[in-house]
Amino acid sequence: MKTYLRFGILVAAVLGTLAWLAASGIRESKTYYKTISELKSMPQSEASKRVRVTGDVVAGSIRREGTAVHFQICEKERGATLNVVYTGKDPLPDTFRDEAQAMADGKMAPDGTFHASSIAAKCPSKYEAAPGKAAPQPLNPGPSRSSL
Amino acid sequence: METLGAFSLLLALCLAAYALLASVIGGWKQKPFLVESARRATYGVFLMLTAASAILVYALITSDFRFSYVAERSNRAMPMVYKFAAWWGGQEGSLLLWSWMLSLYSAIVVWTNRARHRNLMPWVMAVLAFTQTFFCLLNVFVEPPFQMLAVGRGVTSVVDGNGLNPLLQYWLMAIHPPALYLGFVGFVVPFAFAFASLLKREPGEAWIATTRRWSLVTWGFLSVGIMLGQGWAYAVLGWGGYWGWDPVENASLLPWITGTAFLHSVMMQEKKGMMKVWNMVLISATYFLCIFGTFLTRSGIVSSVHAFAQSSLGSWFVGFLAISISITTFLILRRLDYLKSESHLESVLSRESSFLFNNLLLLASCFAVLWGTLFPVLTEALMGEKITVGAPFFNKVNIPIGLALLLLTGVGPLIAWRRSSWESLKRAFRWPVLAMGLTIALLLAFGVRHFYALVSLGLCAFVAATVVMEFYKGARSIAVKNQMNFLRATVELTHRNTRRYGGYLVHMGIVLMFIGYTGSAFNKDTTEEVKIGSHFTVGSYQLHVKEVTDGSNPNYSWQRAVIAVHRNGQYLGDLKPERRVYAASQQPTSEVAIRRRLNEDLYLNFASMSQTDPEAAIIQAYVFPLVSWIWIGFYVLLFGTIVCLIPSKVKYAYPRTQVVGVYERQPEPAQ
Repeated sequence: MKTYLRFGILVAAVLGTLAWLAASGIRESKTYYKTISELKSMPQSEASKRVRVTGDVVAGSIRREGTAVHFQICEKERGATLNVVYTGKDPLPDTFRDEAQAMADGKMAPDGTFHASSIAAKCPSKYEAAPGKAAPQPLNPGPSRSSL
Repeated sequence: METLGAFSLLLALCLAAYALLASVIGGWKQKPFLVESARRATYGVFLMLTAASAILVYALITSDFRFSYVAERSNRAMPMVYKFAAWWGGQEGSLLLWSWMLSLYSAIVVWTNRARHRNLMPWVMAVLAFTQTFFCLLNVFVEPPFQMLAVGRGVTSVVDGNGLNPLLQYWLMAIHPPALYLGFVGFVVPFAFAFASLLKREPGEAWIATTRRWSLVTWGFLSVGIMLGQGWAYAVLGWGGYWGWDPVENASLLPWITGTAFLHSVMMQEKKGMMKVWNMVLISATYFLCIFGTFLTRSGIVSSVHAFAQSSLGSWFVGFLAISISITTFLILRRLDYLKSESHLESVLSRESSFLFNNLLLLASCFAVLWGTLFPVLTEALMGEKITVGAPFFNKVNIPIGLALLLLTGVGPLIAWRRSSWESLKRAFRWPVLAMGLTIALLLAFGVRHFYALVSLGLCAFVAATVVMEFYKGARSIAVKNQMNFLRATVELTHRNTRRYGGYLVHMGIVLMFIGYTGSAFNKDTTEEVKIGSHFTVGSYQLHVKEVTDGSNPNYSWQRAVIAVHRNGQYLGDLKPERRVYAASQQPTSEVAIRRRLNEDLYLNFASMSQTDPEAAIIQAYVFPLVSWIWIGFYVLLFGTIVCLIPSKVKYAYPRTQVVGVYERQPEPAQ
């Protein structure tokens, strides 16, 4: 029985350490999903939260200033727009361009701009429906789904 | 032709459903003719799905744009190989590929076991047919690949298609999905055998011996698939990483982790008759995680780089998983008496214990990855607020687990079964510990202060030393005894027990990969806006932007920066990162330029031309130390896996402790 007790203690120690690491990992990197309008009405007390916000890139708004990238994203339904500045070190994804749907992770700055530390983007769904120009119905509309 | 394609899919579904019914009833009521008909139906499914796939591929390579799948995924200017690869370039096609591979595997299993395992085969076929029926249902009703473009009631066509997503037009990406799928699909087979022998209370470990090759091959394919994905991310995506803890990456990692745990813990069952329940759980979990991985990738339940979109597939997968998990759980609980362990753990210092902790850590890692991946889904369901966790969470948990596993990789193979004494441990580990100490001391002397990097590289030295020692000890005794040179003795040694020494080679591959991963602690990067003709530096390199050229071909137009690389005044050659805009999709992509060396990679990305200054380019430059060792380690791992698959020259009979008599291994089935 002593052997099993020893195993029990070891296993508990391992799992305990991992649980502690996991909890601190979650605390450090948890990011809230917010819409643009939710973000705008967020109280000042929550401004330190990491947030993930999604919207369509306003056509013509992408501006590079040195290594920083400024752009605006908007919500289709309610028309709210948000100024975003990206200064992360990773290059922007190739799919990031006018009218693409962009997903930005970062924090709100006091001046109302959103400081993004990472950007993901998917192609505008417009492009998927392109054969529609010849009027045939795309039988499976929807945004691009690439393979693995 | 499209009707023929759709019809063969429908027929495949009917045959699969028939195979399921016939094998279940045939197995239950002991009707050999029904079982025989199920067997033939399995071949039929394979034929039908091959026909359907052939039609789709034919439409793709002949650019038949009446097919909406072809119009969406292909265009005329695309090279032939990508036209073919467009088979799995989209949702419908890749599900068809899944189905086809499953039918291929099923046909092989049924054929090679046609005269064996009479008792088990009906149930093996039932599991295979059950899975097959599910995927055929998806092919026929949810994601049909043979949809035509239509105006009103007439079939129409477009002049040219949208083209395959340019990011996928890269050679690694053309083979990454099939390799991964071969891995995903393959775990169905060991699971089917495990399930069947559980159901029939088959005595002994026949299912493990029969499926050992399958598990290894499948695990090998899964490893290949994951590594190809990493290689692709590194060379194509342009952010210089190879792993981002993206949900889809995690989806492929999860079954790999449980599969690795399974490959280790079956040894406990083969040699000691222990952990039977556990192995059953592991192989089932691996199978379900493969299905779950497909589900994550295909349904878009969690947003990811790969799968942004929502799709109706989700509920089908949830239903399938729910049914099969409950059946399996029920069966395992009903058969607990059959799965009784034959021996007990005796000491914390023993081989058994090292296997136990190996499994514990792998499973903990699997759980953490799964938890992190599903975190947004869970928090939304429980707290009403969607919260996601990022790379820091995954790294924080998985780096220590990885290092602990690395330690076990060194300890496990040297420690004795049953119980080990401190004395013998001291003898066995004197040199490896010395190697570890020396490595850490050297690194400290060179000014390395990164804690994890020190631990990791130290452990790499430790494990490498144990592996080298094992080979050296064995080979020397053979060399002395048979008067042969050392190299031949090493080959001879490996050939005598391929499983053991192949396993060591796999471990060595893992060590090399860890060295590569550790290099990321010392990455350097810079983003610069540089005027054409001027310089900047990254790490020890001076980069001189010479010119920006442009041009086009039918598939894409390009813009290329020519950058001369110097180090300490010495000219090392030109690097040419490129930006492309694909004609069909108007999709821009960046083609990075990499200077690969064993000590470090220089990695350049041409982000864009500056918007404020037409004479300046924005260049991102990175230095990635040791990255090449990841790919080298992978080749070693692959080589080791292949060695494991070669039959041993000497058949070993493993004596079992606490069991009367000697357990003879079953003759190796030729799979």
